[in-house]
Amino acid sequence: MSECVAIGVDVGSTTWKAVAIDSKGEILASIVEEAEPLIDKQTERALAELKSKLVISDSMKTGATGYGRKRVKADLVLTEITCHARGAFHRSGKGGVLIDIGGQDTKVIKIGKGGEVLDFSMNDKCAAGTGRFLEVILRRLRVPFEEVSLHFNKARKAVPVSNTCTVFAESEVVSLVAEGKEIDEIVKGLHQSLASRVAALAGDIAPESEVFMSGGVALNESMVKALSEKIGKNIRVLTDPQLIGALGAALAAR
Amino acid sequence: MITRKIQYQLAKNAVGPFLMALDRWQQAQKQRKRKPRETPFGPPLEAVQKLKEIMTQNYFEGRYADGAVPVVWVTSGFPAEVFFALGFHVVYPENHAALCSTRHKVTEIAEFAERDGLSRDVCSYARTDIGSVISGKTPVGRLPKPDMIACCTNICQTVLYWYRNLAEYLNVPLVLVDTPFMYGGTKEHHLAYVSDQLGEVIEFAEKISHRKMDSEKLARVVENARDGSRLWGECLAISQARPAPWTGIDTFFHIAPIVTIRGTEVCNAYYRLLKDELTQRVAAGIGGIKNEKHRLLWDNLPIWFKVREHSTMTAERGFNFVCATYSNAWAEAGDLIDPAHPLESAAKTYTYVYLNRDLNNRLKTTVDLAKSFGVDGAVLHSDRSCKPYSVGQVDVKERLQKDMGIRVLLLEADHADERSLSGEQAEMRLLAFMESFNE
Repeated sequence: MSECVAIGVDVGSTTWKAVAIDSKGEILASIVEEAEPLIDKQTERALAELKSKLVISDSMKTGATGYGRKRVKADLVLTEITCHARGAFHRSGKGGVLIDIGGQDTKVIKIGKGGEVLDFSMNDKCAAGTGRFLEVILRRLRVPFEEVSLHFNKARKAVPVSNTCTVFAESEVVSLVAEGKEIDEIVKGLHQSLASRVAALAGDIAPESEVFMSGGVALNESMVKALSEKIGKNIRVLTDPQLIGALGAALAAR
Repeated sequence: MITRKIQYQLAKNAVGPFLMALDRWQQAQKQRKRKPRETPFGPPLEAVQKLKEIMTQNYFEGRYADGAVPVVWVTSGFPAEVFFALGFHVVYPENHAALCSTRHKVTEIAEFAERDGLSRDVCSYARTDIGSVISGKTPVGRLPKPDMIACCTNICQTVLYWYRNLAEYLNVPLVLVDTPFMYGGTKEHHLAYVSDQLGEVIEFAEKISHRKMDSEKLARVVENARDGSRLWGECLAISQARPAPWTGIDTFFHIAPIVTIRGTEVCNAYYRLLKDELTQRVAAGIGGIKNEKHRLLWDNLPIWFKVREHSTMTAERGFNFVCATYSNAWAEAGDLIDPAHPLESAAKTYTYVYLNRDLNNRLKTTVDLAKSFGVDGAVLHSDRSCKPYSVGQVDVKERLQKDMGIRVLLLEADHADERSLSGEQAEMRLLAFMESFNE
């Protein structure tokens, strides 16, 4: 087994992620778990678990990112923007536009040819257009994550969900169900509504730019499809999309 | 009335100066005992003590002004020279609201206005001042009740409704100067329209104050305003030096005299003092921050309640805001003011203010500033409370990126209301922006 030269920890609002990498930047091991309120304790426990599976280099470094980054004892602490760009560039080998939809944030990062952050934009202080938005409303519709695509693909049309506030959108969806609208169509409408918001955030994307996606929501095929249709480009989902931030933190720290 | 006049004169000429001298002495004692702290900033400006004295004295006099001298409350863009010439005590509610914000008092005070029906979407300055009138709460002790209030629409349209509300709460007359928004240049009839209104304001203010305008005095005040504006511009321009001898954040505080006591000799004497100190700092190579690696431009009003935290965070990483469109707005007028034609030139000066001009002018001014101060980045504060200043910032961002190839951050916040800022997210954006310089 290769030696672990760096560990990256990404403490997000919904999930806690860590990756261990070798000197080539390949992932040796990783952990994704639900974020706990006591970040210090979770980090201590989960990192011990991760390290127990590895051969650790003497000069191993730790990088931390995410909302809980300041609670992690690390050699380097960086923001998610920088880490996602690093991770995405390492995975894709080229610049482009990265869309990261996490639990609380949606980020659009323009990455230069050398992997540098050229520009970025994020959702305003509101969870509309984030993973949490989808999560709350799908839970209300009793649609488990595994069945989302099934509903999305079955829908003949989309019922628009117009509210931009997660809480109000939840009551809107309840009213739509009460009016007898099909769940499939609401699911499709929901995804399209979220895609519109993300596309607005992304703004103009140069025709030659490749578009990548990371974050937990990238695991949702329907979202990728809705977003690709909205921006008129094929979106490439990066391998292990949830780990891109942690990977970037590890790469920066090594 | 006589007692009030005596109180006012005592506050102005005896108690105020005595308290200021006492404060100066106390500060000097503290300074002697204080251990030097590790800070990313250069040595503090000595002029700060004088600034503090001027502003405290101004608010202190204000406590005893009503009943002793005529009092007017005005918007920051009002041609207040006419009131200074008539001997009014002039109060700036915007400056007061900013002060409330730096003391973290806005939530507590604005809630009174919100309970009275003002939406949280209304400008936080307006809510703070109206809340202060309703509740009597203010960190300055007391604001004098005005005999009249005066509003000029050159900074936004909100002021019109804000001042109508104030007029009703305070039960005092309101005068309005309406300035046509400038798309391109002005036509003669635009300026005639504004200068006619200024004539009416003088007539009205004469009636309220039972005083007659002395044209020589007005010319003197206008001349002072011109010189003050020029001096302020010269102080700002000194930051073209590397390292800049002060920070853009400092300018947000040192702007107070040119906004609130423009036209007075006290204002000009202060800027001469400040200019000398800044010039000496440049000669000695003293920077506003210790290690200036990157130079930034700031656009829009400050985030008053976070100014210290944000400036420390940036200074620690070698970033200095060397110029700001906000501070510059009070330096632009200098050359338009003509003491020989006070009303006509005031009409032009106050119509040509930054926020009353079209986007093309804003794009040009911002790029010119960025170039002349040699910045390599810009932070555009998208201010929830100041839409006229925030609309168009996406274009400003694109122009700076395209014309100068510099990095630009749009930062969502509010100039006074802490409830409208998502602190963690704003901090993350600022940090990510700074990280992108080091790649």
